[in-house]
Amino acid sequence: MRSAFFAALTTLAERDDRIHLIVGDLGFGVVETFARRFPDRFLNAGVAEQNMTGVAVGMALSGKIVFTYSIANFPVLRCLEQIRNDVCYHNANVKVVAVGGGLAYGSLGASHHATEDLAVMRSLPGMVVVAPGDPIETDLATAAVAAHSGPCYLRLGRAGEAKVHQAGINFELGKAVEVRDGEDLTIVSTGGMLQTAVQVSDRLQVQGLNARVLSMHTLQPLDHAALSSALRDTGAIFTLEEHSIIGGLGGAVAEFVAESCQAPFTFKRFGLPPTFSCVSGSQEFLREKNNLTAEPLAALIRSALQKERQLTTQQV
Amino acid sequence: MSLNSLESADLSELARRIRIQATHMIHRAKSSHLGSGLSMADLLAVLYARILRVNPARPDWPDRDRFILSKGHACAPLYAILAERGFFPLEWLDRFYQDGAPLAGHATHVNVPGIEISTGSLGHGLPIACGMALAAKRDRKSYRVFALLSDGECDEGSNWEAILFAPHHALDNLVVIVDYNKIQSLGTVKDVLGLEPFVAKWQSFGWSVQEIDGHNLPAIESALSIVPPEKDKPTCIIAHTIKGKGVSFMEDQLLWHYRSPDAAEFAKALNELGELA
Repeated sequence: MRSAFFAALTTLAERDDRIHLIVGDLGFGVVETFARRFPDRFLNAGVAEQNMTGVAVGMALSGKIVFTYSIANFPVLRCLEQIRNDVCYHNANVKVVAVGGGLAYGSLGASHHATEDLAVMRSLPGMVVVAPGDPIETDLATAAVAAHSGPCYLRLGRAGEAKVHQAGINFELGKAVEVRDGEDLTIVSTGGMLQTAVQVSDRLQVQGLNARVLSMHTLQPLDHAALSSALRDTGAIFTLEEHSIIGGLGGAVAEFVAESCQAPFTFKRFGLPPTFSCVSGSQEFLREKNNLTAEPLAALIRSALQKERQLTTQQV
Repeated sequence: MSLNSLESADLSELARRIRIQATHMIHRAKSSHLGSGLSMADLLAVLYARILRVNPARPDWPDRDRFILSKGHACAPLYAILAERGFFPLEWLDRFYQDGAPLAGHATHVNVPGIEISTGSLGHGLPIACGMALAAKRDRKSYRVFALLSDGECDEGSNWEAILFAPHHALDNLVVIVDYNKIQSLGTVKDVLGLEPFVAKWQSFGWSVQEIDGHNLPAIESALSIVPPEKDKPTCIIAHTIKGKGVSFMEDQLLWHYRSPDAAEFAKALNELGELA
């Protein structure tokens, strides 16, 4: 996702000289191309995220489209009040970009686990929150946030994720991408869990359950229409995210379905417990430890559906 | 007061007027920070009468000078001087802090012409000013950026990030004015978190620094008239001021950071400041 972002940004900057990139002294090996090609539109603000964000606002209010870039929580939580008061309140055309969303920097320790960012960012007025699911979505999301006038948060995974989509998907901010259709249940995924979501649906299919898979790349504004259809057509929604179980995709979907659905439905959130990891571990290790891999997820979904159906049968 | 008469207005009369307006506003609203406003009234008078290239008829004129009041809690005299200059009607001041009115208790830009940036949380103004100054440099524009900071807010780390940043990028179109009235929320600056040697700190970070008496109008005008005083360096003007300046019983008193004048205090203050002409 990281490479896709920088490739897209460089292409966009060729066409639009309002685009500026400010980094917080991170991005070794990936920012150089942009910096060389657009030296007067690149800035390394140093290890100073509060000032980086304020500078971005000052530049954006002078007519520029400013991307701030750093890793994990640094461009988000370290300067959260600057994002709220300065970016959002002034509707500044600033795009906050964090690479390493979720557990991408797993082994670096809990300081580098960006696992509450979606909850925090989606609560800010005027903020568009985007977590693309693969490099193809990242490419399209980068163009979409650049074209959107106003604050955006772009949460990327790491480098080297596999493509889930074929090229040529229809990407629109606030509109989920249906990766596959199904009538028995819906898996709603955000960010880099998309590949796992597809793997889960493969496993369920073998067992006779056809899962619809939605890539909910935009958390704010949330695609209510896609969720309504999912409830109506499948009666069961499972959310999947590499983020705390509190307030992220699962929270956002729960808020919507709890207030909107008339008929009984099955709903379950899959994510991370709201605790700090107490052991070192790679992204793969930590996902496994938290049941965020295809096999346990498929089993949990199957048992949730069975339990629901038994209950329904008993009631009948 | 029209724009033209303001240009030629006696500066001390203008400063007196906005002190009176702020006292009225804060008394009426039963709000705070009168001492913080009175200490910077002379700075505002010089800025808006003599220094800032702004146009009340076109508050978003792209080539205007930018002014950011980073000490947003002291907004009453800023609203007053914007009204005096014609950015919005003087009557708006009567509804400062009131339910449903545009002028909130910290500098607010929404629907308020002339307020460049909303502030209120300290340490936000200077980084934004740096971004505006850098944009002007990159766009080869000649506008200048002025940020007025309190001394207390120099406790904020975000300011020191910006104080490192501006000289590194040779932002000589940026002017910081510190309203150094030596008193912050809960005590004197010296006792809460000392800033001294303050001038030496700014100088060592690479700023062109001047110390002035922040109530000496010719000295303020002289310090702000030439930007930059040193090429390739941002400017810092340390303005030594007196909290509550102009009302004897408020001067240099911690109490008047928060206290709102009651009826007797209000009458006494107006007696000292005089009435609006």
